[in-house]
Amino acid sequence: MSDQLSTKHLLGIGELTPEDIELIFRTADGFKEVLSRPIKKVPSLRDITVANLFFENSTRTRISFELAEKRLSADIINFSSASSSTKKGETLIDTVNNILAMKVDMVVMRHPDPGAAVFLSRHVDARIINAGDGTHAHPTQALLDAYSIRERLGKVKGVKVAIVGDILHSRVALSNIQCLRKLGAEVMLCGPTTLMPRYAASLGVRISHDLDEALRWCDVANMLRIQLERQGGDGVANFPTLREYAMLFGLDRRRYDAIGKDIIIMHPGPINRGVEITSDMADSSASIILDQVENGVAVRMAVLYLLAAGLDRSVRQ
Amino acid sequence: MQALTLLESTAFELTVQRLCHELIEDHGHLGSTALIGLQPRGVYFARRLKKELLKITGEEQITYGELDITFHRDDFRQRAVTAAPATTALNFSLDDRRVVLIDDVLFTGRSIRAGLDAMLSFGRPRSVELMVFIDRRFSRQLPIQADFVGRSVDSIDGQHVTVEWKESDGVDRVSLKQMHR
Repeated sequence: MSDQLSTKHLLGIGELTPEDIELIFRTADGFKEVLSRPIKKVPSLRDITVANLFFENSTRTRISFELAEKRLSADIINFSSASSSTKKGETLIDTVNNILAMKVDMVVMRHPDPGAAVFLSRHVDARIINAGDGTHAHPTQALLDAYSIRERLGKVKGVKVAIVGDILHSRVALSNIQCLRKLGAEVMLCGPTTLMPRYAASLGVRISHDLDEALRWCDVANMLRIQLERQGGDGVANFPTLREYAMLFGLDRRRYDAIGKDIIIMHPGPINRGVEITSDMADSSASIILDQVENGVAVRMAVLYLLAAGLDRSVRQ
Repeated sequence: MQALTLLESTAFELTVQRLCHELIEDHGHLGSTALIGLQPRGVYFARRLKKELLKITGEEQITYGELDITFHRDDFRQRAVTAAPATTALNFSLDDRRVVLIDDVLFTGRSIRAGLDAMLSFGRPRSVELMVFIDRRFSRQLPIQADFVGRSVDSIDGQHVTVEWKESDGVDRVSLKQMHR
């Protein structure tokens, strides 16, 4: 069993080995225990400075990362593009290099363009954690989703997971598929054909366009958010109305009861209540949505801790 | 690599027994005492102590916890490998308790420093003492000394002291090994 990640950055799930993911989970177990203590802080990253660069709106992920960094005693710089010089036309590299000139060790970045994190990792000398890049990847979300499944079911291998909804625009879906498949889970994608990417068949997953069929098949249903802000970007609506979408692909009590077995309901948030999932299902005992949020902090602490381990104090001085 | 056995079987057990009696002599009633084993190797010693103490005192239970110090280490980024955490099981407050930190070998004192730091997340003990099975004298890097010592060992750099426990290693034994330079 390795005690070191095989990678310097967390850009996507693709570059992690199954052993890396296991190591992250084992470390997260330790941090979950820390988070249950009266004093929820450890000094591991005491001499590390982390910049949180959010070029796209985020509430949950930003707060979760910030809390994880604070629990690890890191120093933090927060940056969001709404109040910054990017509005004045500064390029990404310039912005980041200026921040790094202030001796930042790690960068957590969310960006609307796919590949932004990879691009950055090639040009700046700091550990990069991708907190979501456009429709491409959201590795920490995938890790915390798989971690939550592992926590609830005791394993991920062999578990059947249905990912339902707006697959086309979802970085969560793509990262989840990679992560779950690496850990030996079976994955089914379910949604209208217009929200199913053309390359879906090449991902090694089952595909269904019938929610009831997907629910009967799966042990875990991950109900993705309909990304209203990304719909119709190419001038074409992907479904006629939200109401029709909710009728065909929304999870409600009637549908759940009709499956005839207990399954686990997940949602990466934020929820469009009444669209992809009804309120009573989101708040039901089958839902682990708030566990996902709680686990997010522990998983992000693990990622920060393990990546920081590779930083050599003497070299940075 | 040649190993020299310092302690085994009967002598080993007697040492554990003696430490139990020393603790009882010093603390009297163990009602406010809390035993805390340091992960990873200190917990084997701590579990054995707990078992023996229950036998000797006839008490129903002794306050007992296990503490992982991984996230409090000061050599986190200087070691070749990152230490993966073990479990912490400490479900009581340390407020006003007489804490006995328990580890198998006291060497540089750095693990104990990390243990003290980690322990403070669980409350403010009345006092903290240190019990170790083996004290490697003359190798301290911090001003830390044990209150209860099973056996003192004078060793030099390049030597390694290993404590094995019946429960985990199948045999009770303390051995001194010469590592190749």
